[in-house]
Amino acid sequence: MLIELEKRKEPSQAMLYLTPVIAVLATMFVGGILFSLIGHNGFAAVREIFITPLIDTHKWQDLGIKAAPLILIAVGLSIGFRANVWNIGAEGQYIVGGLAGTGIALLTWELEGWWILPLMCIAGVIGGGLYASIPAFLKTKLNVNEILSSLMLTYAAIQLLYYLMRGPWKDPEGFNFPQTRLFNDSQILPEIIPGTIVHLGVPLAFLIAIIAWFVMSKSIFGFQIRVVGSAPAAARYGGFSAKRTIWAAMLIGGGFAGLAGIFEAAGPFQQMVPQFPTGYGFTAIIVAFLGRLHPIGIILGGLVLAVSYVGGEIAQTSLGLPNAAAGIFQAMMLFFLLATDILVKYRLKLNLAKQAGDAS
Amino acid sequence: MSDTIIISIIMTVIGASTPILLAALGELVVEKSGVLNLGIEGMMLIGAVVGFAVTLTTGFHLLGIVIAMFASTLSAMLFAYLTLTLTANQVATGLALTIFGIGISSLMGEPYVGKTIEIFSSWFPASLAEHPQLRVIFGYSPLVYVSLALTFGVSYFLKKTRAGLILRAVGESDISAHSIGYSVIGVRYAAVAFGGAMAGLAGCYFSLVLTPLWSEELTAGRGWIALALVVFAAWKPSRLLLGAYLFGAIMTLELHAKAAGFSFIAPELLAAMPYLATIVVLALISLRKSSGLAAPACLAKPFKPST
Repeated sequence: MLIELEKRKEPSQAMLYLTPVIAVLATMFVGGILFSLIGHNGFAAVREIFITPLIDTHKWQDLGIKAAPLILIAVGLSIGFRANVWNIGAEGQYIVGGLAGTGIALLTWELEGWWILPLMCIAGVIGGGLYASIPAFLKTKLNVNEILSSLMLTYAAIQLLYYLMRGPWKDPEGFNFPQTRLFNDSQILPEIIPGTIVHLGVPLAFLIAIIAWFVMSKSIFGFQIRVVGSAPAAARYGGFSAKRTIWAAMLIGGGFAGLAGIFEAAGPFQQMVPQFPTGYGFTAIIVAFLGRLHPIGIILGGLVLAVSYVGGEIAQTSLGLPNAAAGIFQAMMLFFLLATDILVKYRLKLNLAKQAGDAS
Repeated sequence: MSDTIIISIIMTVIGASTPILLAALGELVVEKSGVLNLGIEGMMLIGAVVGFAVTLTTGFHLLGIVIAMFASTLSAMLFAYLTLTLTANQVATGLALTIFGIGISSLMGEPYVGKTIEIFSSWFPASLAEHPQLRVIFGYSPLVYVSLALTFGVSYFLKKTRAGLILRAVGESDISAHSIGYSVIGVRYAAVAFGGAMAGLAGCYFSLVLTPLWSEELTAGRGWIALALVVFAAWKPSRLLLGAYLFGAIMTLELHAKAAGFSFIAPELLAAMPYLATIVVLALISLRKSSGLAAPACLAKPFKPST
């Protein structure tokens, strides 16, 4: 073979950060070809999905709105992933967090005051955290696989949402539509840039990601998480409790997802509706990987995925592509990232000498 | 209740159960080999759209099914290459495969929305297939009988054959299987391919038998129910069959509850039941670890041979 893989002595730092960029570029290239093969204009699809959201300044606010929940959820999940805790039920924790905050909003709908919104956010964190504590409990007490339990709970949460919308929480003045009443002015996140849709949750999500970066890189807790994930035996000798780490990872992942949920409900939606789950909890897993489980990388990864979401909406109207088409690109980004991961640990070597030797 | 109502209920339940049984049979073999493929829903959708498109174009159901199974197996091979050859994370890759499958099936299926094909119905003569009573035995699509045969086939394969033993060994202890000379990666490739083909077959059941048409996200999350079913059945094919019909009955009841609007049980609770029951089963399995019902020991763990 002409090209050989040679194991590097140490993982390449350059490749670690370069491969996500390669993955995005490869996705644009191969994705364009794929769309053309199916009979669409692949070039136009790539342009509308990846380029238009960046050059159309009117779309920048949408990027912030979409990136915020992805970043928030992905930062929470990445802490768990580093500790080898595979919470993939963030979508469910996002829903339950949104529901918990909505519960406070419905209890206080006739009241006003500055305290209502923080209370809703706290409820969101607690709701998401509590929902994540079910797989945490099952994992630590009974050694139940958290991948399966957290995933199953997501689909139960969706049904809980449908039930509340159809029944107890339905707006009594809402012409029988399955949705809650609109939140009042004390219950919605204020817009921070006048005249746009950018709400307070957007800068907060970025701020929380940066705080998480400091905590993960500078604190004992961050060290513990990394050791438990990468060297469980060493962690045991060091006296780090695996169970406590699982609990911490699950509660942080669930709490962040819950906060993203109530930000979404009190921000863009301003009420609770059955269309609330939009798959952010799953897309955030792609974001976490694309960002190399690093909070700063996740901010960039969240923005890239936000571009694909916004671009997908643009392509829907301008090219008539189905809504799910952006998902093809999102999935391909992860495929290419995982495929190019091999470059981090191995180097490609052109083996010309051997070829010549074989020939002689 | 009259005979006809009971018969039509049985037939509806079996109809609703068959696709999840087919997909779950594939996933069971995949998981038994130590691999967790969360891409079932995506592979099912690819199978559903390809099966529909080919059948619509050629008029041959069987051709549609074969090409659909080929297409979904191809997508499973993408998963296998990333997770087995490149040892990528199985959870992330599987979820991405589902997102990919939803997207590409919507895109490919666009020209076919609103078109219909002839249903892939029973091959028995009408005197049996449409007989008021006997149709409960003879009145199903050939895929229903295939699903039953495959259940026994998979059960026999895992329990009685040497190849099945090797597959289980690979799933329970990849290092031991490797050290006595079995190709762990090869076995897992074969298992993932089977899982892909079965998901494609399950997808075809939606687009050629149940509906028969194509619309975006036709499988409506049934891939996740199939995943739950494998766990619910504690990785045993015989329980898979019972579990599939139980889940099918719950799903049928849910649809009727929604349509009839009766109030003694919320349809949402019925819809959540398979998932909640699966979590309970997971907990029960863990409580009784000795009973041989536990998950394959190597599930979702990548295998990197040291040599």
